[in-house]
Amino acid sequence: MNAIAHARRAPYVCASCIRRLHHAAPRTARTYTSNKTNGSFPVAAARSPRFALKAPARAVHLLRNGYSTASEKPKPLRLAIIGSGPAGFYTAHRLMKQVQDVVVDMYEKLPVPYGLVRFGVAPDHPEVKNCQDTFEEVAASPRFNYIGNVEIGKTLALADMKPHYDAILFAYGASEDRKLGIPGEDLPGVYSAREFVGWYNGHPQFAHLKPELDSGERAVVIGHGNVALDVARILVAPLAQLRKTDIAEHAVAALARSKIKRVEVVGRRGPLQASYTVKEARELMQFQKVGFKSTSLRNLYPENTKTLPRVQQRLADVLLKGSTVSKQEHKKRWELSFMKSPHAIHVKKNRLNEPIGDHVHSIEFQKTRFVPGADPLSKDARVELDDEIVTSEASIVFRSIGYKSTPLPGLSDLGVPFDQKLGIIPNDAHGRIISPSEGPGNLSAGHLPGLYAVGWVKRGPTGVIVSTMMDAFTTADVIVEDWSASSPFLNGEKGRSTSTGLGWDGVKDNVLAQGVKPVDWEAWKRIDKAERERGKEKGKVRLKFVDEEEMKAAAGLA
Amino acid sequence: MSGRLQWPNALSRALKSEQGTLTTPLSLHRRAFSSRTSSSRVQTPWRPQEPQWRTTNITLQSFARNRRKFSSTPIPRHNHLDPPKPGEERHVTFITKEGESFTFDVADGDNLLDIAQENDLEMEGACGGSCACSTCHVIVESEDMYNKMEEPDDDENDMLDLAFGLQETSRLGCQVKMSKELDGLVVRLPSMTRNLQASDFDSK
Repeated sequence: MNAIAHARRAPYVCASCIRRLHHAAPRTARTYTSNKTNGSFPVAAARSPRFALKAPARAVHLLRNGYSTASEKPKPLRLAIIGSGPAGFYTAHRLMKQVQDVVVDMYEKLPVPYGLVRFGVAPDHPEVKNCQDTFEEVAASPRFNYIGNVEIGKTLALADMKPHYDAILFAYGASEDRKLGIPGEDLPGVYSAREFVGWYNGHPQFAHLKPELDSGERAVVIGHGNVALDVARILVAPLAQLRKTDIAEHAVAALARSKIKRVEVVGRRGPLQASYTVKEARELMQFQKVGFKSTSLRNLYPENTKTLPRVQQRLADVLLKGSTVSKQEHKKRWELSFMKSPHAIHVKKNRLNEPIGDHVHSIEFQKTRFVPGADPLSKDARVELDDEIVTSEASIVFRSIGYKSTPLPGLSDLGVPFDQKLGIIPNDAHGRIISPSEGPGNLSAGHLPGLYAVGWVKRGPTGVIVSTMMDAFTTADVIVEDWSASSPFLNGEKGRSTSTGLGWDGVKDNVLAQGVKPVDWEAWKRIDKAERERGKEKGKVRLKFVDEEEMKAAAGLA
Repeated sequence: MSGRLQWPNALSRALKSEQGTLTTPLSLHRRAFSSRTSSSRVQTPWRPQEPQWRTTNITLQSFARNRRKFSSTPIPRHNHLDPPKPGEERHVTFITKEGESFTFDVADGDNLLDIAQENDLEMEGACGGSCACSTCHVIVESEDMYNKMEEPDDDENDMLDLAFGLQETSRLGCQVKMSKELDGLVVRLPSMTRNLQASDFDSK
């Protein structure tokens, strides 16, 4: 029994087995070519660069001969996933394990995959990015096509995709951020954390952000989530530590010039309502030469923190213990402040109260208090504005109050609504998209057949990798359930789908005619290899390309 | 038959789990061929309609006879679990969310994540066992057993804080290594059902 037999049996072929196949390839190459119809899995063929985008039709053909299918449908399930972040990949992972004849096309706007795992997870958290190993296993399957550099809604219209798919899964996350809605928010020197995170992670869209880290000593981060603490950490972390990570080169250069010495992280509510987690808080306490200060912390926690729930209690332990770095030792300091709501951002003013320049200089906060009757120990306690105004000096301001999803262009062509208030595609909480216009006439009212959502566009921009994974598994499970229950899918009347089933093959010509060169998985692996090699020279895991043209050149597509 | 490999164990495992639904051709394959060499001497064509364990019986034995005849360089595999030394087998039982239990003979030092993945149980291990996520969360059935383990460190507790369905005896699978004291350990995989929280839909 060998790797080929494994390949034939495996729901999909994992990365380590691919390596085995390479090992076995010379001896068995003939089997792949001569026995096309006996059920041999075309894995060796799948590794050839040209195969990946052509694979589906042939792979499906072979699969149907070699597998007993999980469902009784004559046609395989052809699924388009829009977005290549963790939500999309984990759904594909679960789905391909459970439905033997699903063929997945994953579309990505950028040439490179992995979404926020690449562009969101902080560079000094490389272990969190290990989930890429799983994604690579998924992508190694001949039943999976990666189509990078193709933007849905721009290069390719949703309406044009629809006839060729049985299902479309929206996994495109949150590409905007929430605004404060206060005067001065658009001044130079005020950035969104999303931009800043994208900038230090080498996102092509934010590579030219040039945050002014050298215009003064004080930074203010608005928001009490993990992104806010990520931003604070990058600002105070020793550069030597960051240099070894896959942080963008331009960020290292800018951080080396940074004059920032104090970072204040401000929240509207108290420490028991904050959403950062203890790991991130602890990391900030462990830097040598970085001090910590919080004046109001002790008063906002109950006298005895042992009565708090486990998570809150552990967080309180870390925060109340603070940093061991004394005032004399510290070079930089971070500060947590609570019960302050941003009110206005100002430029510098002279004695006559006339503005000097247009750069941010200070930020005004309005103090808050808990609404009458609210339990200050509750996670959901609300606050109201107080009259007192306090001002913090700030040479740079980051707003980190949450990401926001936006409707994908062309959603309405498929009848998919978008909830602007919640920033999600309305769904039944499992992942089936629902529409109010589908009237409550019958029991299946509201469900849009064959349309699903997952990740941040499904449940809003919160949570860590495990929440997204669980969420993705839920969505995958309902797709499996619907498919095996012969529920209607796209272009389908009760299981009799008129989808062409061509998937990417059906829309490819349309894309190529526009001069767009799609990046397949092999091409991405070339980019990946080039990035790692570049990184090796500099003593880091990888050095990312930050320019899309560079990426395409490395992929051999330019 | 090589004593070190404990083929009767592998065989009985394969046969036993035939009753459980988790037995897939892949899992059988992994279970049977998770040794370092891969020989192609025995080619059993896969027949989808046939229960796999019938052929496995024969395959395993003949495979065991043949396996040392091929020498090859180590090939990267899923996990690198070596079979336990005779007399030093530790037993660990996993109870899946469906309530089925699976017992494995493992070696000292193997961690629960590797054991689960080697045996195709539903455990993710998103961070690759580096204690940076909570996807390998397990619940220790007996409190005594839990107390025999070393206390979880801060890093592990930080991640447990984020786990779904946290219990008093929760641990991360990647951090629990088998040892003589833990022989007979029983752990439960938490239910994957995600309880939607009201806050998921809050506008905040």
